[in-house]
Amino acid sequence: MKSSVIVFPGSNCDRDIAVALEKMQFKNQMVWHKETELPKSDLIIIPGGFSYGDYLRSGAIAGKSSIINEVIKAANSGCLILGICNGFQILTETGLLKGTLLRNKNLRFINKDVNIKVLNNETKFTSKYKKNQILRINIAHNEGNYFTNAKHLDEMREKNLIAFKYCDEKGNINTQSNPNGALNNIAGIYNSKKNILGMMPHPERMIDKLVSNDDGINLFSSLLK
Amino acid sequence: MKITNKIIENHGLKLNEYENIKKLLKREPNFLELGIFSAMWNEHCSYKSSRLHLKNLPTKGRQVIQGPGENAGVIDIGDDDAIVFKIESHNHPSFIEPYQGAATGVGGILRDVFTMGARPIALLNSIHFGSPKHPKTKSLLNGVVSGIGGYGNCIGIPTVAGETKFDETYNENILVNAMAVGHAKKNKIFYSKAKGLDKTVVYVGSKTGRDGIHGASMASAEFDEKSEEKKPTVQVGDPFTEKLLLEACLELMKDDSIIAIQDMGAAGLTSSSVEMASKGSLGIELELDKIPCREENMTPYEMMLSESQERMLIILEDGKEEYAKKIFQKWDLDFVIIGKTNNDKNLTLKFNKEVVGKIPIDALASKAPVYNREWVKKKPTQYKVDLKKLKKIKVEDALVKILSSPNHSNKSWITNQYDQMVMCDTIQRSGSDAAIIRIHNKDKAIAVSVDSSANYCKSHPITGGKQIVCENWRNLIAVGAKPLAITNCLNFGNPENKEVMGEFAECLIGIKEACEYLNYPVVSGNVSFYNGTNNKNIYPTPVIGGVGLIKNVSKPLGHNFKKIKSNIILVGKTFGHLGQSCFLRENYSINEGRPPEVNLANEKNNGEIILKLFEKNLLNSVHDISNGGLILALCEMSIGSGIGINISKPKKLRNILEYLFGEDQGRYILEVDSEKVKNVEKMLITNNIYYENIGLTQNKYFEIEGEFKINTNDLFKINNQWYNDF
Repeated sequence: MKSSVIVFPGSNCDRDIAVALEKMQFKNQMVWHKETELPKSDLIIIPGGFSYGDYLRSGAIAGKSSIINEVIKAANSGCLILGICNGFQILTETGLLKGTLLRNKNLRFINKDVNIKVLNNETKFTSKYKKNQILRINIAHNEGNYFTNAKHLDEMREKNLIAFKYCDEKGNINTQSNPNGALNNIAGIYNSKKNILGMMPHPERMIDKLVSNDDGINLFSSLLK
Repeated sequence: MKITNKIIENHGLKLNEYENIKKLLKREPNFLELGIFSAMWNEHCSYKSSRLHLKNLPTKGRQVIQGPGENAGVIDIGDDDAIVFKIESHNHPSFIEPYQGAATGVGGILRDVFTMGARPIALLNSIHFGSPKHPKTKSLLNGVVSGIGGYGNCIGIPTVAGETKFDETYNENILVNAMAVGHAKKNKIFYSKAKGLDKTVVYVGSKTGRDGIHGASMASAEFDEKSEEKKPTVQVGDPFTEKLLLEACLELMKDDSIIAIQDMGAAGLTSSSVEMASKGSLGIELELDKIPCREENMTPYEMMLSESQERMLIILEDGKEEYAKKIFQKWDLDFVIIGKTNNDKNLTLKFNKEVVGKIPIDALASKAPVYNREWVKKKPTQYKVDLKKLKKIKVEDALVKILSSPNHSNKSWITNQYDQMVMCDTIQRSGSDAAIIRIHNKDKAIAVSVDSSANYCKSHPITGGKQIVCENWRNLIAVGAKPLAITNCLNFGNPENKEVMGEFAECLIGIKEACEYLNYPVVSGNVSFYNGTNNKNIYPTPVIGGVGLIKNVSKPLGHNFKKIKSNIILVGKTFGHLGQSCFLRENYSINEGRPPEVNLANEKNNGEIILKLFEKNLLNSVHDISNGGLILALCEMSIGSGIGINISKPKKLRNILEYLFGEDQGRYILEVDSEKVKNVEKMLITNNIYYENIGLTQNKYFEIEGEFKINTNDLFKINNQWYNDF
């Protein structure tokens, strides 16, 4: 399985995701944003961070960078794409995923471990999880408050495109368990072909019990299949 | 321009200092030169009031690779690994513009660390605010916390530990101290000493703007009503550019292109060029027309004194210019050759091919003034705590009052705004005695903590100085780390006041004594004087940042109780000292008395035995006892875990309040499995360690037998209320 991690100026979770991919035996390459060609990849990852300093609007400038055209081409030809945190924001800026990420409801940066529920375990990203499994996972963002229009929300419900929702430790999805005000507690979504996943939580931070837990491992092992 | 007394004064120089400048130059300085002298001779850069005292601090040890005098201190942690760290203040800018002041404080200290070839791996901070009731406190707190988070989160370095305190003494002068810790290869440390003639001097990083002009001079003056007008002297931070600069510098440092490197911090281009030349006993010539400027028509004066952020000065080996330039271009950063080293030992500044300033380097550095300022010893307080004279209070009520107070409430409201996890090596996040950071790809880790005790220092500076070193040492011990070295940030009032100078001198005596005894040398630091407004000085607030080593890292114990029916062992003697305690402060608003005595021998013995117990895997959890005494430490162990305690009253005749709330030093609480208790006790006894087996953990209820019983969930609520209401 060949993976590529796109590195923008200001990406800061690029090393973390590379460590996770290598641990899981992916053949990984780092791709600098000024490149105009992508190496052959089965999986492209857009990591977290503050690409271009979040200037203008988080993800906005990266969404217009030279490498991103290649990412869009690859996505349209069915390559798997995973955007984490700032990567999710960039994917919404490119239009590969619909909706947008607004500022957190409390207007503050939030870093903590939260619970999310796996809503759909029949995708290439989540097949190793059980349906409705609860994961304990770290979030770290200023703009994670997902929003989209009613039509898109209906479409996501119908086609099972909501990947994860914030919940409490028992799995209840409610306002108390919503850390950032995201619409319907949405923490991650797929595109309609389900080859693109954007998520705010950081699975690469949950692969080592010494640091946290290993709830993120199955996301990578699902992709390995 | 004619230099008048008014101009001299506006530059923060005294008239006798100006006379001295004329003697050194053998002429009148021009306006540019005056500005440069003012930047180099102010307190912040010259350490003129503190130097004589600082040189008494112990700075050597087998573990020390580089002590004070460089951008940061460097210690050896075994194999080929070194840790580079330093703490620095950004108090004055943060009071004027909290977000940018705090953010650039973080940016500045990070540059100090990566300038030396280290990749930063952790950030810490110590922030002190005025009373929560003071109208400015809320916005200052918000601004500072978002500034610290804004910078660290963006650049992608975890903010892992810190302390936030409130006291009226900081109402008009908050403290913002930031510490950065980095990891480097031992044989790849970069220094600021220039070497060789005719070497290329390169400017890299951001462009120079008009921000921060005279920032260091501002930081060397007291505040008054007009302080708000100083806003333009606060720098503006850009963590994004710093991230690029960090990666570019580390990339260039992979080979041997760099002779010397220095970040442009306080006093910008002036201090960086002078320091490099001074350390190498060389001269340096700069062509100011080449400086990349952000604004039009900037004068040499503005360029030399600007404190624009995210800039570095590098001296390159011959023939490495093109190679280095490519790296900086890749990261979209400016890279400009602006000068050469020479042997005339002057700082020579050219603008439009004319020499616009020429100053002997030693006049700016080694011949800068050093003052042996007058100081007086602190008069010992006569106050003796007499509980009989105070209104009666129940243990439970006193505890609730402390737990719900601003200084002791849960601070996750703050720490949740900092990314603590990025880089994925944070083994112990904030909220514990110390944070633990794994060395990437290795089995070892470092523990880090920052501590201060202004109330103790104010009352008895020598004891206070000793106490913070010990408290910091103890915090590292409590997570199983062997303490190696410290950095200090010495926040004091006006050094021209002999009482303040006395507090400084005596705190340093205490720090020295403790550091020497514990083999815990000072490897870097910073002095911040003139913390005060309108002649009112802050309490003496030295802040200690310590680094310790854990050779074989495993899942940390933390201070939360692990299971019920464990034994609770109190290590160290309890005398019930209530002077300067938070019991008196929170319950009676009494801020009096002597601080608890520090017994260095006990401190060392107790600490060393705890490390042995760690090694033998005999402990479930450990917590050090500090403010609030035994009961507060027990509470903290219960609140995090939901596991309660059942302890009996002390057997010997002792006042229960003194027993529970006394702040005697050198104590720890250990949670030990019942089958391991014998082993633990045996080790304590053979090593002559005083301990008491005080009770057991139990399900849910926090109980002092015969006194009170409370659900741990309620304790949690009480502890988390204040910030929500604030």
